Amino acid sequence: MNRPGPVPTVLTYLWLGIAAVVLLFPVLLTVIGGFLPSNALLHQPPQLLDGHWTLENYRAAWRQPVVPLAPAFLNSLFVGLSVMLGHLVTSCLAAYALVFLRSPLRRPIFWLFLATIMVPYESIVVPNALFIRSLGINDSRLSLVLPFLASGFGVFMLRQAFAQFPRELREAAVIDGCGHLRFLVTILLPASRPALIGIAVWSFLQGWNMYFWPLIISSSNNSLNTLQTAVFALKDNEGGSPAVLLAGITITLVPTLLLVIFGQRWLVRGFTAGAVK
Amino acid sequence: MTAPTLLAAGPAARTDRPPGLTRRGAAPARARETALGLLFVLPGLAGLGVFVIFPLFQAVFLATRGNDILGNPTRSVGLAHFQELLTPAFGTVLWQTLLFTVLVVVPGVLLPLALAAPLTQRLPGMRIFRTAFALPFAYSVSAASVVWLIMLNPGVSPVNWALGLIGVPAPNWTTEPGWATATVVGVTVWMVSGFNLLVLAAGLAGVDEEVLEAARMDGASGPRQFVSIVLPMISPSLFFAVVTTTLAALQALGQVQIMTDGGPNGHTRTLVYSIFDNAFHNNNSNFGLASAQGLVLLVIGVLIAVVQFGVLERRVHYR
Repeated sequence: MNRPGPVPTVLTYLWLGIAAVVLLFPVLLTVIGGFLPSNALLHQPPQLLDGHWTLENYRAAWRQPVVPLAPAFLNSLFVGLSVMLGHLVTSCLAAYALVFLRSPLRRPIFWLFLATIMVPYESIVVPNALFIRSLGINDSRLSLVLPFLASGFGVFMLRQAFAQFPRELREAAVIDGCGHLRFLVTILLPASRPALIGIAVWSFLQGWNMYFWPLIISSSNNSLNTLQTAVFALKDNEGGSPAVLLAGITITLVPTLLLVIFGQRWLVRGFTAGAVK
Repeated sequence: MTAPTLLAAGPAARTDRPPGLTRRGAAPARARETALGLLFVLPGLAGLGVFVIFPLFQAVFLATRGNDILGNPTRSVGLAHFQELLTPAFGTVLWQTLLFTVLVVVPGVLLPLALAAPLTQRLPGMRIFRTAFALPFAYSVSAASVVWLIMLNPGVSPVNWALGLIGVPAPNWTTEPGWATATVVGVTVWMVSGFNLLVLAAGLAGVDEEVLEAARMDGASGPRQFVSIVLPMISPSLFFAVVTTTLAALQALGQVQIMTDGGPNGHTRTLVYSIFDNAFHNNNSNFGLASAQGLVLLVIGVLIAVVQFGVLERRVHYR
C-alpha cells in the first residue's frame, strides 16, 4: 500500500519483530529442540544455539517401542490422502450436478449439503463411534476415514467455483457433442484448478491433523494410532525427555509445515473465494 | 478463479442461454439430467447421509438411553439425561464454554489483524513475515498442546525465564484454576492466529488503493482511513475469521484434554470435553448423557450461526 516515512517504518519492524519472537519461539523450540542434547534443552532458557547438535533424539523418537512412529506416520498419510481424495471426488461430482444439471431437486439438495456444514462433528461423534463399532471394522484403517470421505463444505466451495464458469462455453461444448463426464474432466476441472488445489490442501490438513476421532477409534488398538494420537501417547511415556518428544513432534510437522509454507497461497485463495465474494 | 481466457467471455454470458438449445426435446432431456444429477450427488449424499444426517436422529434416540451391564445403550431412561442438563454442574460447563469461546475469539481475530495491517506496507521482508506468522497453523492440536506444555514446564520454560527477568514469579500454568483457563485460551489463540492472519492479509490485499488515495487527499488521518475505509472493505474476511474462530473455539477438545484434562477441579471443563469425558474417557461409556450434551452443542452452534449471519452479516460490506 503506502510507503511510510522512516519513523513509522522502524515502528513497523519493531512491532513485527517482537511479535515474531513471541509467536515463533515455540516453532523454533520444536524444530531446534529436537536436535539438542538434553542438557542444552533443560538449561533455562534452552540453549538453542549451543552448537552441539545431535540426531540422537530423532533416532530415539523414531525407534521408541511404546508408540511406534513409522506405522503412525503411514496411518496419518493414509488418513490425509483418503480424506483429500474422498472430498475431491464427491465434491466435484455433486457440485457439477448442482451447477450444470437442470433438475427440480437442485435447490433442496444444495440446502441439504449446506445444512450438513452446520452440524458440529462433536454432536454426532457418539452415534458414529457406536455405528463403526457395530460394523465390526474398528480394527481396520477404514474406520479412521469412513465418516470423513464426503464434505458439505467441499461441495459448497466447488459449487461457488463452478458457478463462475461461463455458461456459453458449456453450451458450446454440448453442441460439439461433449458429454457431461468428459466436459467435467477435460474442461471444467482444469479450469477450476485453483479451487481444487485449495480444497485438496485444506482436506489433507483436516485429515492429517484430526485428533478426536483417531483418539477414540484407536484407543483399543495401538496399530491404528495416527501421528496426532501417537504424540499424545508419547507425552505420557517419554515424560522424562522433552528433547525426544520435540523430535517426535517435528516428525509429525514436516508435511504440514511444507504445506503451510508452499501451499498457503492456494489455501487462502480456495477459502476466500467463498468468504470474500 | 477460472483461467483468464475463460473469464473473457464475460459475466453476461452466464445467464443468457440460447433458447433453442434448452427447449429442444426438453422433457426427456430433463428426465435424463435429473437421473444423472442424482447419480452425481449420490456419493456425497450417501456419505453425509450415513455419517452426518442419520447420526443426528440417532443422537436424539441415544439421548433417551442408559447403558446395560455390557455397556450397550439399550435401557430406556426417558428424559433423565435431559434433566441432568438442568443442573448447576452443567450450567458451569456451559458458562466455561462460553467464556472460553469469547476469550479466544476476541484476541484470536484482533491480534492477527494487528499483524496483518502493517504487512500490507510496501516494505522489504513482509512476505517472509507473513509466512512466518502463518507457521503455527501447521500444528495439530496435539502437537501444539505438547509443545506448549514443554514451553511452560518449569524445568525448561523460556516463558518463566523471561518472566523472571522482569521479576515476576511464574504461576502454575496448568494447575491453578484461573491460570489453567488462561493457558488453554492462550494456546488456542496461538493456534488460530496463523490461519486468521492469512485470511485477513488476503482481505487487506484487496483493499482499493484509489479509495484510500482519495481519502488521503481529503486529509483523513491513518486511523481514520483504517476505521472508515479499510475495515468496511475487509469486513467479509473479518466476518469469515470471526465465524471460523468461534466454531474452532466452541469445538476445542485436544488442548483441554492434553494440557489440563478438564482440571484443575473441572475449571477447564468445556462442553466438548464433557461429551468426550462422559462417552469415551476412562471407559465411562455414558453415551446417553454425551448424546444429550451433543444436541446442546448442536443447538448452540446453530444459534451462534443464526446470530452471526443475521446480525453481523448485515453489517458486512460486499463489493
